[in-house]
Amino acid sequence: MKKGFPFLHEESIICRLFRNRLFSIGAIVLIVMVSVATFAPMFTPYDYTTHNYKKRIAPPSGAHWFGTDEFGRDLFTRVVYGARLSLRVGFLVAIFTAIGGSLIGLLVGYYGKWLDSIVMRIMDALMSFPAILLAITIMAILGPSMLNAILALIIVYTPRLARVVRSAVLRIREMEYVEGCRSIGCSNLRIIFSHILPNALPPLIVQVTITVAYAILAEAALSFLGLGEPPPAPTWGNILSDGKNFIHMAPWMTISPGLFILTTVLSINLLGDGLRDVLDPKLN
Amino acid sequence: MLSYLVKRLVGIIPVLLIVSIFTFLLIHIIPGDPAGNILGPHAPKEEILALRSKLGLDQPIFIQYFNWLNRLFSGDMGESITTGRPVLQMILMRLPVTLAMTLLATVISILIAIPLGVIAAVKQNSKTDLFSMLAALLGISVPSFWLGIMLIYLFSVKLGWLPSIGYVPLTENFREASKFLILPAASMGMVLAAVVTRMVRSSMLEVLRQEYITTARSKGLSELAVIIRHGLKNALIPVITVIGLNFGYLLGSTVVIEQVFTLPGVGSMVITAILGRDYPVLQGVLLFITFFYLIINLIVDMLYSFLDPRIRLS
Repeated sequence: MKKGFPFLHEESIICRLFRNRLFSIGAIVLIVMVSVATFAPMFTPYDYTTHNYKKRIAPPSGAHWFGTDEFGRDLFTRVVYGARLSLRVGFLVAIFTAIGGSLIGLLVGYYGKWLDSIVMRIMDALMSFPAILLAITIMAILGPSMLNAILALIIVYTPRLARVVRSAVLRIREMEYVEGCRSIGCSNLRIIFSHILPNALPPLIVQVTITVAYAILAEAALSFLGLGEPPPAPTWGNILSDGKNFIHMAPWMTISPGLFILTTVLSINLLGDGLRDVLDPKLN
Repeated sequence: MLSYLVKRLVGIIPVLLIVSIFTFLLIHIIPGDPAGNILGPHAPKEEILALRSKLGLDQPIFIQYFNWLNRLFSGDMGESITTGRPVLQMILMRLPVTLAMTLLATVISILIAIPLGVIAAVKQNSKTDLFSMLAALLGISVPSFWLGIMLIYLFSVKLGWLPSIGYVPLTENFREASKFLILPAASMGMVLAAVVTRMVRSSMLEVLRQEYITTARSKGLSELAVIIRHGLKNALIPVITVIGLNFGYLLGSTVVIEQVFTLPGVGSMVITAILGRDYPVLQGVLLFITFFYLIINLIVDMLYSFLDPRIRLS
């Protein structure tokens, strides 16, 4: 195993990623979704808070692609602006979980002994709580807001990532080249960040991708229960929660937003599966 | 076997302790005075002081924790702020609904995942395999509560086959009660089936590559006998662990699913507790469900070691 970033030494890694059908399809769809969310005003002329009581609960049409809700608000606009929040939560949770989980996993996996015993018992305890129930309880205590949702989900998902990184570190630290580094006087921190971390990146990247998908679904569940960003901010969860009340007479209020969420999360999972196949096939 | 059980039980104690500390501390991380937070900003000072005394909040935090732990050991999870009833009693009353739904979801997931996973593995890289993996990928990408709403639309609104909301106690009328549980269980079970299908396929592929499978085929056994009697039996062992691990996901999902289908289970109790700032109920539910999940995992571990002697012998 090489030091540095070994899987980047292979020049074809990017080519191998884009040759992987799962990765390619996932990446393209995700780019489209992120673009629609980012450049929302270019895709819809409506404001997500504007009420139009003359067009309440209107079915999909040329003017309103996903129809309108009980206040006459354009549903496509609300879904697209809701995507901004959900994607932001998903990526922020993944980034902070990656930083926190990596640090924990690297340090406890490398130093081991009492540090590993104590910290991993705490991680095990946090993982014992059913994820969404723990997130709901933390949100109930902190109050509904996007920031609190991000914090709650970071607490929920960091232990899982720490475990993945720790497993990789336990395997890598026994390698001969790590022993060689020690024998020439490399400091522990140098060994951890220059030699172990790069080799632990493949499973970490895959897990981070999975975390984005889980975080988006969890945020949707939290806001469905009224624990996410409060109204009038559109969130995927509160759009579905409103739609549920009109399922008998206006199913489009639930079908189209749900399919949008499904497509976004599916693209992230396709991306994750593709990354896993190329970077770390052993995980398949 | 007994020594393995003892070792696992001893190993679970520190985890249980940390879970209890975390659950206890939750009520104390709320900014401000816990009693004031429970009663609200306009509560009279005398009421806040009385509640502080009643909940033992005027004591040092270590004493509060040990008193709380002591009460837990005697089955006292405190009382609901809104109803005044013992929390444990409230949980046990609603537990049958949640358990029935969770068990039915597990059965549904197994019934879907095992045949699909086995076929996908046996016909690897075929169109059947591709379809199965696509279905599994869709399953893990779909929000379970949206799936529940879609099932309501299809089976209740459009077809009129099943009721959308409501509940009949299992002890009152089993057949009627089952009708109310099928859709919520299916919403959770189909998502879990996606996870388990991928695991069954992966596990089956590994088993089918083993030499004893080649030996079984060369002995002249039918392909069905090879797959079921030799392959599936061994492939299912790690799948049991995955199902056990995902039981926690199911228990957590009940909070959302019970809201969709208006079921009077433990999950919907959480939402009522949040709206009423009933923190003792929240604490009690979190602790109860987590302990329950830890016990289920312990049972699954024991089952796994029973099915695979290499685990307990190592």
